[in-house]
Amino acid sequence: MSLISLQNLLKTFGGLVAVTGVSFEVEENSIVGLIGPNGAGKTTVFNIITGNYRPDSGEVIFNGKDITGRAPHDIVRMGIARTFQNIRLFQDMSVLENVLAGCHCRMKAGLFSSMFRPPSQRREEKEAVERAMRELAFVGLDAQFANLAGNLSYGNQRLLEIARALASDPLFLILDEPAGGMNDQETAALTALIRSIQQRGITILLIEHDMNLVMRVCRKLVVLEYGAMIAEGTPAAIKANPQVIEAYLGAED
Amino acid sequence: MIADFRSNGHVSLGLGLLFFLVMAAVPTALELGGAARGGIAQLDMLNKIGIYAALALSLNIILGQAGMFHMGHTAFFAMGAYATAILNTAYKWPVFATLPVAGLSAALFAFILALPIIHLRGDYLLVVTIGIVEIVGIALKNNIFGLTGGANGIYGIARPEILGLAFSTPKLQYYLIWGFAALSVLLFYLLEHSRFGRALNYIRYDDVAASGCGINVSRYKLTAFTLGAFWAGMAGTLFAANIRTIEPTSFNFYESVILFAIVILGGSGSIVGVLLGSFLLIGLQDVFRGFESARMLVFGGAMMLMMIFRPQGLLPPRRRRYEARPLVGRFPSGITRSDADKEGGA
Repeated sequence: MSLISLQNLLKTFGGLVAVTGVSFEVEENSIVGLIGPNGAGKTTVFNIITGNYRPDSGEVIFNGKDITGRAPHDIVRMGIARTFQNIRLFQDMSVLENVLAGCHCRMKAGLFSSMFRPPSQRREEKEAVERAMRELAFVGLDAQFANLAGNLSYGNQRLLEIARALASDPLFLILDEPAGGMNDQETAALTALIRSIQQRGITILLIEHDMNLVMRVCRKLVVLEYGAMIAEGTPAAIKANPQVIEAYLGAED
Repeated sequence: MIADFRSNGHVSLGLGLLFFLVMAAVPTALELGGAARGGIAQLDMLNKIGIYAALALSLNIILGQAGMFHMGHTAFFAMGAYATAILNTAYKWPVFATLPVAGLSAALFAFILALPIIHLRGDYLLVVTIGIVEIVGIALKNNIFGLTGGANGIYGIARPEILGLAFSTPKLQYYLIWGFAALSVLLFYLLEHSRFGRALNYIRYDDVAASGCGINVSRYKLTAFTLGAFWAGMAGTLFAANIRTIEPTSFNFYESVILFAIVILGGSGSIVGVLLGSFLLIGLQDVFRGFESARMLVFGGAMMLMMIFRPQGLLPPRRRRYEARPLVGRFPSGITRSDADKEGGA
């Protein structure tokens, strides 16, 4: 069964067609890769799914509901979490507080319970800290909880973004170039991490330039070029697709 | 209620308590120390500082915590002060009964104003809020609805009274005002160390990332703005009841700028910094009253030096701490060593 289905998305910026005729589905609990040359419209597709952009036409159906054009914070609450291509952590806040940001939408305390602190508020805070620490341990950063996010290495900042996204308890996780700026060792650890995330029952959509990583973890690939889909299929089929080789992978071989 | 604060919470709260205990002893100390006329001049100055401290704390939630450039805060202060003055002089309401009305009318005014502008970015919002304070000032001067008394303002506001006790002397006023300041510190401290306070900080650092984490950015900004205005309105009640004659010049743009400067110079987002800023900006203004023209020169110069050498303010906020140390190493990792080795070797 498909968890999310994109139907004929069109997005233009002025005269520039960023995304056109993009339709694909992501099966529940699978890992799908979205690849293509720079400027092909991959991040635009992500931003449409997460509600940062409203498509000119087309629909996004998530978990049986039409979520096209919903506000980003609503979409997070419905179970879609993301990381950013250009890391967007709260640099001057602690590692733990960054992950607590992810917990936010699963918490309830409002203005008055924040001021007057009933037992429910204190229990919720304690549980949130525990949840955040659990996600930090999951990405291997629990010992760094009190550090400033901005002081982490580049690779660890990417892992922290993943922990923050996981803390929102998503059904569907969108990773925008998670291996960007990582060395081989870090990429290997990331590969293991992505599989562990899948084992938790979370569905993953991945933009990545590291073909090695993409080919290894994805069940299905979708290839974009100039905003349009040029291929869709298993990694093996994509590797053999002449159009893809010409557009993208040709440079690799 | 305050029992289970985290380690540094105890320290902050202890320091806060100590500060307000010292403040509580000041009137008696002035009397014993033989200050002229029982220290009335000093108490008057401290009363103004106390009101501005509460007011600056309410601006801090908007400007310091949520990072919204709001330079029109005296508009809400004025709303509260005029609500109290009108209800008390024209309709004979007791001053304390006007307190919630003052807060709510300022909050409602802020809410309606903010709805269309809340999404504006820093500089645009700044310009709009400057416009607000100017419009309110002009409305007051023009005796709007025949209620505000025009340029002369409203005089003859009664002293606040509760259970037969009238806060009639500067000393009693002092206890009332600093009691309110202490309450402001406590509530804003609790707010800062909670889900709500964190959400405002996420928004200040990066509103796109904040909404990507599931935070309703507009709603939080609107709530912070309305809450700050509510508190400023109540500070307006205390102000009106303290000086008993209010006029439009008490709420002009210059006062708004001073408030803005208190928060920025003291340390955006820092309660201790805002308190210090209130003492420095309001207190020193009074001390240097004799050097009227040089005063502004020194003030302007100090502002410039601060922004160059200490842009974060005199006492920037300390980071929140969490008791998470015992949880380190207790939860499983998603990156198993064997997996990583296998991938690395492949």
